[in-house]
Amino acid sequence: MSDAKKYTIGFVLSLLATWLAYSIAVGHLVNAHAMIVVLVVLAVIQLVIQLVYFLHFGSPGSKWNMLAFVFMGIVLLIIVVGSLWIMANLDYNMMQRSPDEKNSYMIEQSNKGF
Amino acid sequence: MNQLASKRYFGFWLYLMTDCLLFAALFATYVVLRGNTADGPRPSEIFNMPFVLVETVILLTSSFICGLMLLAAKANNVRRTKTLLFGVIVLGVLFLGMELSEFTQLVHEGAGWTTSAFLSAFFTLVGTHGAHIFIGLLWAGALLWLLQTRTFNDALLQKTGLFAMFWHFLDVIWIFIFTIVYIMGAA
Repeated sequence: MSDAKKYTIGFVLSLLATWLAYSIAVGHLVNAHAMIVVLVVLAVIQLVIQLVYFLHFGSPGSKWNMLAFVFMGIVLLIIVVGSLWIMANLDYNMMQRSPDEKNSYMIEQSNKGF
Repeated sequence: MNQLASKRYFGFWLYLMTDCLLFAALFATYVVLRGNTADGPRPSEIFNMPFVLVETVILLTSSFICGLMLLAAKANNVRRTKTLLFGVIVLGVLFLGMELSEFTQLVHEGAGWTTSAFLSAFFTLVGTHGAHIFIGLLWAGALLWLLQTRTFNDALLQKTGLFAMFWHFLDVIWIFIFTIVYIMGAA
């Protein structure tokens, strides 16, 4: 496949993914919970399209690039998932309880030795 | 590609990976804070979706043209390289202008970065991407000037390749801003 053709295919696929995500969200085509999953999947597909067609990811001789990318991906997941997890947990423990509940929760935790 | 050139590409790739982590931190901050609107506007109330779609198509197109520019440079077609690079710059300026007009409008509507944690995180994330685009445009301008004044050689081809990588990378980051900030905000 010629390089120009590769870029063109990548461009067309990117436009398609963008248009699909846009029409699903603006037209409310699926319910709110399914929407987040669908949109994240579309964004990841878009990421793969751009990596493969524009940044020539996975071409021979890019082993170290791939390794650095995978390492970045792991750190990225720790940052994003970790932040969301910790903050949701804090929110649940500190904001969604009454003062009495918080009080008894803390006493319970300190009795456990925390 | 000689060994030094391939080391340069790898070094630049490592920089891009660390930049991804910078954006990961900003994305995490945004997602955590986006519900904290402090009685200010919610995401769905302030985003102009058709406007953002046009911005996205402009940036995607500029990334595509940037790819074609690199091909022209590899084929030693300096004239075509310069024309396409100019096209990238025009689209980039258009994109940045649209983003700045969106920011100005939001601030005028009372949805500035001091209004709520959501808006602080929004302006920081989208603004950081905008700052990258601005630096990319300066780089593109300098590259165009070099292509204009110097004879085309391997060193210049390498500079062109690195710029193309940077520009594609900014396109990838924008896809996530488009999805996570705008589309999920509007939905």
